[in-house]
Amino acid sequence: MMGFFQFGINSLAALMDIPMQPPVASSIAEGVDQLYLLLTGITLFFSVLIFSIIFYFMIKYRRRSEGEVPPETHSSLFLELAWTIIPSLMCVVLFVWSSSLYIRNARPPAASTEIFVIGKQWMWHIQHPEGPREINELHVPIGVPVKLTMTSQDVIHDFYIPAFRVKKDVLPGRYSSLWFQPTQTGTFHLFCAQYCGTNHSEMIGWVYVMTPTDYAAWLAGGEKTESMAQQGERLFSQFGCGSCHTPEAGGRAPSLVGLYGKPQKLQSGETRVVDEALIRQAILVPNTVRIGNFEPIMPTYQGQIDEEQMLQLIAYVKSLGSAERTNGQ
Amino acid sequence: MSTGQEIPAESGVNYLNANYGIKSWLLTFDHKRIGLLYLVSITIMFIVGGMAAVLMRLHLVEPQGALFEPETYNKMFSTHGIIMVFFFLVPSIPATLGNFLIPLMIGARDVAFPKLNLLSWYVFITGAALALFATLSGGVDTGWTFYPPYSSLYSHSNVTVVALGVFIAGFSSILTGLNFIVTIHKMRAPGMTWFRLPLFIWAMYATSLIFVLGTPVIAITVFLLGLERVLHVGIFDPSVGGDPLLFQHLFWFYSHPAVYIMILPGMGVVSELVTAFSRKKIFGYSFVAFSSLSIAVISFVVWGHHMFVTGQSIYAGLVFSVLSFLVAIPSAVKVFNWTATLYRGSISYQAPMLYALGFVGLFTIGGLTGLFLASLATDVHLNGTYFIVAHFHYVMVGGAVMAFMGGIHFWWPKITGRMYPDYWARIAAAIVFVGFNLTFFPQFILGYAGMPRRYAIYPAEFQVLNVMSSAGASILGIGYLIPLIYLTWSMRYGKPAGRNPWGAKGLEWTTLSPPPTENFEEIPIVTEDAYNYPVAGGTRV
Repeated sequence: MMGFFQFGINSLAALMDIPMQPPVASSIAEGVDQLYLLLTGITLFFSVLIFSIIFYFMIKYRRRSEGEVPPETHSSLFLELAWTIIPSLMCVVLFVWSSSLYIRNARPPAASTEIFVIGKQWMWHIQHPEGPREINELHVPIGVPVKLTMTSQDVIHDFYIPAFRVKKDVLPGRYSSLWFQPTQTGTFHLFCAQYCGTNHSEMIGWVYVMTPTDYAAWLAGGEKTESMAQQGERLFSQFGCGSCHTPEAGGRAPSLVGLYGKPQKLQSGETRVVDEALIRQAILVPNTVRIGNFEPIMPTYQGQIDEEQMLQLIAYVKSLGSAERTNGQ
Repeated sequence: MSTGQEIPAESGVNYLNANYGIKSWLLTFDHKRIGLLYLVSITIMFIVGGMAAVLMRLHLVEPQGALFEPETYNKMFSTHGIIMVFFFLVPSIPATLGNFLIPLMIGARDVAFPKLNLLSWYVFITGAALALFATLSGGVDTGWTFYPPYSSLYSHSNVTVVALGVFIAGFSSILTGLNFIVTIHKMRAPGMTWFRLPLFIWAMYATSLIFVLGTPVIAITVFLLGLERVLHVGIFDPSVGGDPLLFQHLFWFYSHPAVYIMILPGMGVVSELVTAFSRKKIFGYSFVAFSSLSIAVISFVVWGHHMFVTGQSIYAGLVFSVLSFLVAIPSAVKVFNWTATLYRGSISYQAPMLYALGFVGLFTIGGLTGLFLASLATDVHLNGTYFIVAHFHYVMVGGAVMAFMGGIHFWWPKITGRMYPDYWARIAAAIVFVGFNLTFFPQFILGYAGMPRRYAIYPAEFQVLNVMSSAGASILGIGYLIPLIYLTWSMRYGKPAGRNPWGAKGLEWTTLSPPPTENFEEIPIVTEDAYNYPVAGGTRV
């Protein structure tokens, strides 16, 4: 019934050239659409119900003479309870359905391809770990979970791909993430969905979903660039980080080898896993996240490292982690 | 209500002609005159905000934008939002009809603090004048939500002055709310028990609670924003040590309850209208009354549903989602009770009733589409799109403004002592209904199709729906202009209304139209429930 209804609406819309929904191009899009359809059904049912009852009463009980006196009716506890409890039960069903879908959609699979996004007024910088960079374009392979790690260089933006039914705010000063698994090759809209100033409506772009071979060719093509980790390594020596943060430096600071992804006890007593946010904080405000018994001698790099360099440094630290796991055997 | 007391003879002296001159208005302590001062002020604000809306819709006829540079368009929608929310919708029903009617409905001569009441109007117009000044001299481009760090350290527009205007106008809300709460507690006529109060009073009581509890938070929030913007104190921008989401928590802690400041009074008005025009007792009085209070209470704990995509934790999202579903229940209860009130009634269709029924229908759609946004998985897709715009306009315009129009038409004879031409009023109501749906229904589809809000230019595939919406907006604009004409006309040329032209129950209809300055010659004694319309086979006791 629902499908038939949707078919009717879609054909009507096609005739008038009205987009009724975005393309269904990610693994979660269909689930979101089903929930949307159920909600539309509920909305239609109750709207039609209320409108019909009102129209029926309007005609049947219209005032026929000025002096008309209506008969007495009594409030009914049964009715009151019925129209309190039935909507409540429907809300419970909706809550459970939408929340389970949301939880499933919120957590990226462990084996996701990682891509980095920096929002700034008014463009999207995309950086692939392998090195290629893009502006207002995002190339991704089909059928693979892709995780975006995103931050903003200025105000709040929002990364929105309608065809994937995903959206996440991109905030300054922190990393947010979003994931999707494309299920259809093609070109899809990318929008900024959080008002960010004058040219907000031009902070848009395209997502290109490619077959794995096309994607590999795309990554390999273009100008040869260093990977993010390699660029990070250069920054690491450029900023002089290596004079303390290497095993050879004489124990003035923790070595970064194998640090990423491990829980660490901080001097504040708190235990935190070393992730993007913690590395970022350690570089910008080092004294707030001190590990071990090292002297608080590290200067702040606030204002000296931009968001792009930060991501490269983080990629470098990450690469040290994996180096230990493979070489340390 | 039959109260048995003598009503002042038709001496011809009433609150409007008791004294003349501009001073007698600007220095009045009469709640009825203050209500009219508010009515004039917010009508001006409505016209300014409405013109901004019409210009925006005209601009959006073309995907590349037909009229303005993006910067101007951004100022247009910011002006529209700020003016309509803070300077029209929030004060609309409470400050005009609430001021005028609360003492009349509960059988009092005035509100508890008449001087405070006048002060609150001066505070309001000070804020409104600042906001208008800032808008006309350069404008503001942050949207009505003022999200930092854009609003604090990036925008080059008049954010500080507008924020100051909002800050100041907030105190007017607090004073009005305080005044109403005390008035409803202490000034009820003998026999006017809590459960004999008209439901409009219950709604105003719930609204006043939100005024008093919520408004200080928005005042603090815009104050902090000003602190960061002017003195660069790091509160919200991480580059100076702040937290950008802190603002959103604080802002929505007020602004979500503020939505109910706008809709609860409308619900109160509709309860009065539906009963009067079907000559029926309200169905489920206590359920309607308590649903107002429960909406007011729950409204304070649902703010996080504005932040599902900001990166707040999954668990916070779940809690706010379930609470948001919860607020749907009392709203549904009200809709069902209004509908049931019509059952076996004697229904007539003068203009106020058309607005009231329009309210019930449009609020139903507005409320149900809220479920899409309380549902986490669909909200992720719909948040920040035109679906949101459509949803809250169904509630704010289809709901609150419809009720405001209905209420103005219903009590106009009481306020002015004159009738307006009902024929034109019904035509205007129909035009508003059609124009409204044509404007905002296509926006639901636009939103699901993925068009973000606040876009000065947009991809061409969205054009057809945008053109429909713009066409609707011009019809809606005409629908709002017509009442302005015939209501003004009626003040001079309308037929005298008499005390009770609708045959409605309620103490306000027992006194003269327009009422004398002291409302009642003798304070009435109430002996019966609200909406005690006669029933076939004898009079109800």
